[in-house]
Amino acid sequence: MEPLLEINRLSVDFHTRRGPLQALSEVSLTIRQGETVCLVGESGSGKTVASKSVMRLIDYENGRIAGGRIRLGGLDLASLSQNELRSLRGKKMAMVFQEPMAAFDPVYTIGYQIVETIRRHDSKSKEDAWEHAVSLLDRVGIPEPRIRMKQYPGELSGGMLQRAMIALALSCGPELLIADEPTTALDVTIQAQILQLLQELKEEFGMSILLITHDLGIAAEIADRVVVLYAGRVAEQAPTAELFARPHHPYTRGLLDSIATLDTEKGEKLHSIAGSIPSLTALPNGCLFHPRCPLATDKCRSEAPPLVARGEREWACWHTEELLKTTKGNKRSGGLDAASTAVPPDGALTATSPSSSQELLQVEGVRKYYPVKGSLPGRKRAYIRAVDDVSFSIRQGETFGLVGESGSGKSTLGRVLLQLEKATAGRIRFDGRELTDMGGTSLRSARKDIQMIFQDPYGSLDPRWNVGDIVGEPLRVHERLNASEKKERVARLLESVGLDASYASRYPHEFSGGQRQRIGIARAIALNPKFVLADEAVSALDVSVQAQVVNLLQELQEKLGLTYLFIAHGLQIVRHLSDRIGVMYLGKLVEIAPSHELFLRPAHPYTKALIASVPSADLGAKRERITLQGEIPSPARPPSGCRFHTRCPLATARCREEEPALRAVDPEHVVACHYPL
Amino acid sequence: MRESATAKALLQKRKWELPALRSSGRRFDLSRLFAAGAVAVIAFIVLCAIVPQWIAPYPPTEMMTDSIMQAPSAAHPFGTDYFGRDVFSLVVYGSRDSLFIGLMSVVVGGLVGGTLGALSGYIGGRLDSVAMRLVDTLMTIPGILLALAIAAAMGPSLTNIVLAVAAAAIPGYARVMRGQTMSINGRPYITAARSIGVTRFGIFWRHVLPNSLSPLLVMSTLGIGSSILAGSGLSFLGLGLLKEIPDWGTLLSQGRGYLTVAWWICTFPGLAITLLVLAVNIVGDWLRDYLDPKKKEA
Amino acid sequence: MVRTIIGRVLSSLLVIAGSSVLVFVIMYLLPGDPVDSLIDPASATPEQIATLRHQLGVDQPLYAQLADYFGKLLRGDFGKSLLNSEPVLPKIIEHFPATLALAAASALLSVIVGVLLGVLSAIHRNRPIDVIARIVGLLGISMPTFWSGILLLLVFSIHLGWLPAMGSDGWKTLVLPAATLGLIGGGFIVRMVRNSMLEVVNEHFIVTLRSKGLSERAIMYRHALRNALIPSVTMIGMLVGEMLAGAVVIETVFSRQGIGRIVADAIMAKDLPVVQGVIVFSAIVYVLVNLLVDISYSYIDPRVRRAA
Repeated sequence: MEPLLEINRLSVDFHTRRGPLQALSEVSLTIRQGETVCLVGESGSGKTVASKSVMRLIDYENGRIAGGRIRLGGLDLASLSQNELRSLRGKKMAMVFQEPMAAFDPVYTIGYQIVETIRRHDSKSKEDAWEHAVSLLDRVGIPEPRIRMKQYPGELSGGMLQRAMIALALSCGPELLIADEPTTALDVTIQAQILQLLQELKEEFGMSILLITHDLGIAAEIADRVVVLYAGRVAEQAPTAELFARPHHPYTRGLLDSIATLDTEKGEKLHSIAGSIPSLTALPNGCLFHPRCPLATDKCRSEAPPLVARGEREWACWHTEELLKTTKGNKRSGGLDAASTAVPPDGALTATSPSSSQELLQVEGVRKYYPVKGSLPGRKRAYIRAVDDVSFSIRQGETFGLVGESGSGKSTLGRVLLQLEKATAGRIRFDGRELTDMGGTSLRSARKDIQMIFQDPYGSLDPRWNVGDIVGEPLRVHERLNASEKKERVARLLESVGLDASYASRYPHEFSGGQRQRIGIARAIALNPKFVLADEAVSALDVSVQAQVVNLLQELQEKLGLTYLFIAHGLQIVRHLSDRIGVMYLGKLVEIAPSHELFLRPAHPYTKALIASVPSADLGAKRERITLQGEIPSPARPPSGCRFHTRCPLATARCREEEPALRAVDPEHVVACHYPL
Repeated sequence: MRESATAKALLQKRKWELPALRSSGRRFDLSRLFAAGAVAVIAFIVLCAIVPQWIAPYPPTEMMTDSIMQAPSAAHPFGTDYFGRDVFSLVVYGSRDSLFIGLMSVVVGGLVGGTLGALSGYIGGRLDSVAMRLVDTLMTIPGILLALAIAAAMGPSLTNIVLAVAAAAIPGYARVMRGQTMSINGRPYITAARSIGVTRFGIFWRHVLPNSLSPLLVMSTLGIGSSILAGSGLSFLGLGLLKEIPDWGTLLSQGRGYLTVAWWICTFPGLAITLLVLAVNIVGDWLRDYLDPKKKEA
Repeated sequence: MVRTIIGRVLSSLLVIAGSSVLVFVIMYLLPGDPVDSLIDPASATPEQIATLRHQLGVDQPLYAQLADYFGKLLRGDFGKSLLNSEPVLPKIIEHFPATLALAAASALLSVIVGVLLGVLSAIHRNRPIDVIARIVGLLGISMPTFWSGILLLLVFSIHLGWLPAMGSDGWKTLVLPAATLGLIGGGFIVRMVRNSMLEVVNEHFIVTLRSKGLSERAIMYRHALRNALIPSVTMIGMLVGEMLAGAVVIETVFSRQGIGRIVADAIMAKDLPVVQGVIVFSAIVYVLVNLLVDISYSYIDPRVRRAA
């Protein structure tokens, strides 16, 4: 059968001030009718460029097809004029983008934008086009489609907009749907809904899908075949099952091993790939992956391996034989590089409680309300209840994980705990002292023991300060050191997070994301704190770099006896790092349990749904599909009774009226549900 | 290292979009050409202001009674005026006051407005609402009217013109600085400094202020141009100084009466103002593009 | 929505009150005795001066003067000219049409020229039209109006004799002043629209529009233009301020009998009540125009509409 899309040795250049920059080099892939192919890669791999090249949208970004062919159903897209391409775009091939909020024109209604597309390609009357659009919105699961048609993009949630975007893409019945990270900006429960929708629609419309993602879990879940890109070249491609079972490229293998799965244990070291993705302006010689590859030899350093094809697979590596030898027998041995892989889990570390069970941080009835802007005086003031009556405690030396979707209030809670924002009500006791009563000087000195690592490695470092000053700032504030002592301390700190001491004189923009996060960590541990709050500390990083930082955090915890509060939306990482986990929903803590217990026996229906929503790279365990219906309600008008009842499959009348209190189902396991699982 | 790190930062920041590498070489060259010309013009005028005697062919006060109101010629490139003074020399000497007004009123207005805006934005609360209502109110009075009223009431003097022009510019600087301070204050590295225990003042002084200055700098540069225009406008309306060596606005205003017989007397001072302001604006535009983080990425 | 509008109106009234107080206080605080401009302090006796001060009410403390002034203002009494005791408000109202005509004509001119050039410049970036637009923009904000006005005067009325050099009757007298003032306004607008368009063209949704197969024409004129122009509406308010201020100079250059000319003359004569009156009047006009712009803006922009 003739493939629908055939990309043959495609090279793409971008014109820059410093001459051409090659973004893709000899990339080949094919998609058959009705097939889903995932293009997987980290940032800078060229996966988005590849998708935009198919649509020839790169022409508008100073990009140029330097070589190769792109054939779609017999047409050579690379040689068509923009005019000819325009009649294909939206008709034969359509695209869905990463950020639904930014992908719609904000000043036209959703309906207008869909009808505009239909009328561009099909000679339908306005009324027919409108009706067709309504039926599409209905099909993609948007409630009250007639009302949504007349709404502006700003009035819909991200999840709804992404559904509308899919409706728009489907409006002229395309043969190929290109989806570029369609769920990355969305919460995990919404992600599961969208992925399921895409699969249903593929069957229904008989399309092929090219899905671009950085998440191997998504690829495992929906792809028929996977293409792995690295620095603009294909590293490997194979049918999904084969790729996951026997990766033929050390990069693929490294990526698979870096993923913390839901069943890795705390204390186990994650496999990580050394270094970071090369910049397109400074590509290494030979095999592009060799600087990070444990198997690299002189041959790899001097000669780029060709793409070898065998059966359904293709790969570009000199040492595949060797790689395969180490894989045999053990699907997930991680025996690639002894130094960086798992130390078998130590029983003492993974057991329910760490060495001491003394409570370092106690939180009682904490609330944080924000007044809603624009409420008139005289009326009852409206509040957004970001955190509403939360109590828990964190024990000395443990890692407490806090998970929840956006809008759950987890980050607000973190900021309140650190007294970066004043709690509306409630008490926070740290190491025997009431933080909530402190002010000014005493609070500033208490901050010595409580430090924070931030989500955004780009924004959390002052761009005008050099690394030495950034890392040394806590020392300058709290300790009187002379210049040479300070320099010495900074040097040691940098070394302890795996950075060169000479970096002290450089500026943040000179570093990669992972390195910046290390700088942030060095700053956080500068004062030997007792407690560190890590707020989404690895979510902005690439998968291969994430693992490095996670390992560093664990190593530092052991060395310095730190207590962590680890806030994240990525369940795998939290599971991997935490002793105990708290689950938040709409400002409420709904469940607290030891890490393994929570994943093994979630007691709250929300926790269970959350766990089920995570796409798993483990093909063996096809998980039970419970996609949570609907979206998280607004914290300004939380539902009555149990806040989860609007989305809960088990909700009863009692749930709508009576708010469940946290109660123990087990000494270590508490849940706020009338009908715990 | 630096280049690649930036390129990489870009790639990581916007996962789904390559750097917007759209600006073509031609536009760059044009801007560069403009900027080079502008710098040359400014340098020349600054030189005129500092050492006019090196450039002007005649002393500005010398009245050559035998050559009154002569059209431009080799001897008098800009012609002569009704007293027989050389217009070119007058323009050269007049640059000093015009430049002084432009620079000083930006310094004064920028300092006062910038400080007001920075404090208002950083401290917030009641101070902010009071300061911003004040600025809103000040904004409703057209700048030149305010300056005119002030200059008129205080009488003509160089200082008064500077103060008048500066006062009219304060609201603009205050707004820009306030906005910038608030935006910087919301950055994660400010939260980081707070979590470390840096004092409120320390955060303001070491983090917020240094990072807030670049838009103020751009605005001040463009502000020099509009201040020169406003200052010469005041002079033109008759609030200038009746000195031996008039500034450009006064020169132009005085030449207006002879427009029908000697066009050159008011044409050349006007040309000088235009050239200087144009040059300053070009440099300001260039600076804005240069400091704009969005454009820097490309 | 209605609530927001009421709020806007109320705050506009407050701002008007604020600016009239501010103008008064500035005038009060500034050095220089209004009496000085009426009689020669050297030849007048102290009694004469005291009587005059009492007549003018300037011997009262600030708050009493302010209360008096404000009370009169509310009754539409803007005071009397020091020179000829003519009431200020009727005089302003009499001369306002000439200024209004000038401001309206030049605003219209600058919007048409500015928007057109700005849009073309952004769409045909780096083409000749873009270079022209950028030069017009720069010149517009760099040329002093009193000079460009004089140049136009020199060429079109003195040399070519096509248009009258002065006066304020008939459309012919309006052409040169409006062109002069329109050039600065146009300069501002060209720059703003161009920047705004270039920003919009880089927005992500433009990529979506391309991926739908729309023509570049449709993308530019239907989508980018609308997005770019909506924020530009706010500059109409700003423009009115510019036009009012510009009128002071332009009306002097072209000898037009508008309120700009009145204020320029009053300033030279130190006729403070007139100066005050005109400033307060123009502040009211400015605030009202901006109020209208604000309200219509929230109807035009769906993003603001939702927030309201």
